[in-house]
Amino acid sequence: MLLEVKNLRTEFKLKRGTVRAVDDVSFTIDKGEILAIVGESGSGKSVTSLSLMGLIQKPGGVAGGEILFKSQDLTKLSQKELQQIRGNKISMIFQEPMTSLNPVWRIKDQIMENIMTHMKISKKEALARTVEMLDTVGIPSPAERANDYPHQMSGGMRQRVMTAMALSCEPDLLIADEPTTALDVTIQAQILELLYQMREKFNMAVLLITHDLGVVYEAADRVIVMYCGKIVEEADVKTLFEHPQHPYTVGLLQSIPQIDNESDEHLYMIKGMVPNPLHMPPGCSFSDRCDRCMERCTKEMPELQEINGHKVRCFLYDKAEEGELSAK
Amino acid sequence: MLKYIFKRILMLIPVLIGVSIIVFLIMRVFSPDPAPIVLGQHATQEAVEVWRQANGLNDPIYLQYFHYITGALTGDLGISYYTKMPVTKEIFARFPATIELALVAIMLASFFGILIGVISAVKKNSIFDNAGMFIALIGVSMPIFWLGILLIIFFSGTLHWLPSSGRIDPLLQPLDITGFYLIDSLVTNNMDGFKDAFRHLVLPASALAMYSMAIIARMTRSSMLETLQQDFIRTARAKGISEGRVIIRHALRNGLIPIVTVIGLQLGSLLGGAVLTETVFSWPGIGAYTVACILKSDFPVVQGVVLLIASIFVLVNLIVDVFYAFLDPRIKYSKKEV
Repeated sequence: MLLEVKNLRTEFKLKRGTVRAVDDVSFTIDKGEILAIVGESGSGKSVTSLSLMGLIQKPGGVAGGEILFKSQDLTKLSQKELQQIRGNKISMIFQEPMTSLNPVWRIKDQIMENIMTHMKISKKEALARTVEMLDTVGIPSPAERANDYPHQMSGGMRQRVMTAMALSCEPDLLIADEPTTALDVTIQAQILELLYQMREKFNMAVLLITHDLGVVYEAADRVIVMYCGKIVEEADVKTLFEHPQHPYTVGLLQSIPQIDNESDEHLYMIKGMVPNPLHMPPGCSFSDRCDRCMERCTKEMPELQEINGHKVRCFLYDKAEEGELSAK
Repeated sequence: MLKYIFKRILMLIPVLIGVSIIVFLIMRVFSPDPAPIVLGQHATQEAVEVWRQANGLNDPIYLQYFHYITGALTGDLGISYYTKMPVTKEIFARFPATIELALVAIMLASFFGILIGVISAVKKNSIFDNAGMFIALIGVSMPIFWLGILLIIFFSGTLHWLPSSGRIDPLLQPLDITGFYLIDSLVTNNMDGFKDAFRHLVLPASALAMYSMAIIARMTRSSMLETLQQDFIRTARAKGISEGRVIIRHALRNGLIPIVTVIGLQLGSLLGGAVLTETVFSWPGIGAYTVACILKSDFPVVQGVVLLIASIFVLVNLIVDVFYAFLDPRIKYSKKEV
């Protein structure tokens, strides 16, 4: 077990009240595994990833739970100790390659900074390693491009540079927060392919944060679906796509456009909006948007229950028979 | 880049022509006739006429300007009505004092302004932020002459730590090489002179720096607050580098452009002479002198000083613009690379 997150809670203390952006989230990642977290904007997926890195900025902060990385609880570490892990054992790439690199530094200086922060090597060796990493992520003539500034590169190239930087210290876990969202579809495929290759090459685990189910299907081994800061469903990728259980997951899957669907029907939409985090519905947070909402759903929050490795948080499956999940 | 600098310097010409025409007209339209001031209240009408004729003030105004500008092009800015000395000499006798004071003041202002601004931004809404912005508020609103007087009363009056007026003890005055006493005393190995010149600088430079420091602190704070929200700051933190490095090497480095801009503007106006500070501290600079000349209708001096100050202002801004290209690689002044 590489990473074990137990009952993680991350809160933002605002003047109008406390927002619990991540609420009692638990999951694990094995060595070399690709785990995807899917959800809409505001579902808490990005906050979850930033919590792992210890990068939640005030007025937010981890309010409870444990983040066990190689059996060491990251929530108990000081910023100084976390700095030794960040960019080294756990590293991260972000959604916006256009703005995630420092515009006034050369590419090589940004990558070398990462390397020299964590490795005791000379400047010359760090530069050699930088060029090697740029080559690994598929940047042509890496020695010359290393001298470029970010604005001299395309979005796809910049995301490769980000990836090279994140991988430069051979992390055990790479957190990729919407790595392909801002990119063209063709470039998306290239970056996903790159992540795949890098996983093979460095035997690292990847936590893939995305709202794009296509990306999940292509890349992930296991999927967590988040809604309003809570995990509502978790399964391996094949099971989730073939037998989605939670009405929210079902809705998400139905709202993917099908190119071979020739009927004139409108694309399925989940009705309503994500609730205001300061005014959550009293029961299940999805209850006011759910097609199959029952009276009980508006009063209590269902527990996340596990049947044969498939976890779901919904009363529909409350009386599921042993070994089988079936709707009432 | 050289081509750009050359172009900008060429553009100085129309600016200076415009400035010279405006000053020339303003002096002749709004200033009292210099002749009675120069000759005294009881001068005869004939004497006044003779004096006006001799100084070309009876010519048509376009002719007067023509004479003036052709002289100025050859480096002859005319002769002061009072001291009968060439204006260039008058200016260069006083200008080093102003430059020295302005440079020391802008260094003080930049250092403390940026320091306060960065701390205020990083510790936003904390007691440090409030204290810093309170100091800045005092800085922009407190009149310099009053601050100057307070400094004199406290540091030279009560504590007797620092001298209250002048540039240096006349006995220690260094040989005039550059006109900057700090430099002149150093190169002539006159350490006592250097110390004394420095002690004389402390109070006027502090008083003068206060306003600029406040402006720089506010600009630094807002620029840093914006930069700290950028995505690349999160990236820098994710690399595991120390927070200090994130703030200085990544955030401040990126937020410098607006800060450098205000420093340039402030320096430009400080070099124009700080009339009030120079008056309060009896600093023999160009600002107080020019005001005296305006009141006495000493046309050639005022015209000369304004031309010089306008050129300096333009040049300082040019230097700032050139500096941008070093601060931000995305800024290029040649057409080739965009």
